[in-house]
Amino acid sequence: MQNQNNKRYSRREFLRNLSLTALAGFSLSILSSCSKEEAEDFLQKHFREMTPEEKKHVIAKLEERYYRKYGKKFEISTKEALPNTLWGYGLELSRCIGCRRCVYACVKENNNSRYKPQLQWIRVLRLKRGNLINLENSEHYYDPPQVPEKGFIYLPVQCQHCEDPPCVKVCPVHATWKEPDGLVVVDYNWCIGCRYCMAACPYKGRVFNWAEPNIPTEELNTSVHYLGNRPRMKCAVDKCTFCIQRVRNGRYPACVEACPTGTRKFGNLLDPNSEIRYIIDRKRVFRLKEDLNTEPKFYYFFEA
Amino acid sequence: MKVSHAAVTSLFLLLFFASSAMAVVEEYTPPPMTEGMFPCSNCHASMEVNRKKRELKEEHTNIKLLHAESMRWCLDCHEAKNRDKLRLYNGDLINFTESYRLCGECHGPVYKDWKAGIHGKRVGYFAGPGKRIYYLCANCHNPHDPKFKPLKPEPPPYRPGKNHDAKSK
Repeated sequence: MQNQNNKRYSRREFLRNLSLTALAGFSLSILSSCSKEEAEDFLQKHFREMTPEEKKHVIAKLEERYYRKYGKKFEISTKEALPNTLWGYGLELSRCIGCRRCVYACVKENNNSRYKPQLQWIRVLRLKRGNLINLENSEHYYDPPQVPEKGFIYLPVQCQHCEDPPCVKVCPVHATWKEPDGLVVVDYNWCIGCRYCMAACPYKGRVFNWAEPNIPTEELNTSVHYLGNRPRMKCAVDKCTFCIQRVRNGRYPACVEACPTGTRKFGNLLDPNSEIRYIIDRKRVFRLKEDLNTEPKFYYFFEA
Repeated sequence: MKVSHAAVTSLFLLLFFASSAMAVVEEYTPPPMTEGMFPCSNCHASMEVNRKKRELKEEHTNIKLLHAESMRWCLDCHEAKNRDKLRLYNGDLINFTESYRLCGECHGPVYKDWKAGIHGKRVGYFAGPGKRIYYLCANCHNPHDPKFKPLKPEPPPYRPGKNHDAKSK
């Protein structure tokens, strides 16, 4: 058995070395035919494997590039997760009126593409009252003159920041992962745009930049995080990050601040005095599609 | 050598005390007052108190009481002798900035949730040294007509194919 294993590994190793040699020769010829900047982008490391110096270098490069593209000075943070934090979200269904203020506040805060393609990280579902289980019968294109409408409830859905995220499992290049504070993030530079994660997500939490994003220059948010709301590029998948650029500084996410009815709550699940823990301790909470064992950190709750 | 040591120690002590003295700033949003109305005593100080429940025809005609109106009147919440204050059950006078104490007298469970940050709205910072801003009850609910009014929703997302795909014209 031992012998056999050795044999197999050596054969594999041989093949790997062979392909690596071939790749090296191939990529050399590619790299010599492209500009220095493109070559540098191509050789940029995975975010989690970068040393602090390399991060600094990449940030400087990106800031310079954003300045060239948008004419604005960006501040790109690489702030790491705070110790003893696990972010959790609460949303009170009995109070949501479906006004979509959160959707547009999110788009603005996170530099999402406004049109062609229009990318929104929050989708507000409208369901018939008493029909909460039937997500298939939900409608998110509703457009009445006024909300709330009689006989309906509204269920906003965004990335649920699962503890066991299926999107992370399927990524073939590890471009998306769960941070120590529970946020599921994407390294847009590492993403190859295969969209496996979008197919795997049971909550439709991810969107894809089918084209170069269209962001009005005057509405750009220049205070950004590398793993969050920095302007994306074509062929990158992006998603809600619970406003990583805000919450790691102790500030509420943009959707929480935008909600006119105070439906949205946010806090640290590991802090027994946080708002989210108060909700879990005292309210009737549920999570979407609990049967899938994705363990979302997004708690819907009701009054009482 | 000794001097520099003392300087470092004092600097350290200063930093220590400065950080402990830097309390978290909690702030309430200012109560929503009609422009030019406050202080109420500008007019009311020279007026005689009329405790009779009646329809106001000259002033405050924009206020329509829809808040347990069959058993309530202005002077149940507003202090008759000092109109710049609100009055609790026990006769204590409070400022408009503390109006939540008055609301909490009837709405106990909601008041409890509000104090914990569950009912109502908070903005700004929830951790770190940043400023926490809490909305008063009256910032979202009109105290004279507290029921939430319907809103016009923001536009729905584009349907696929319509101004949505990169290729569509």
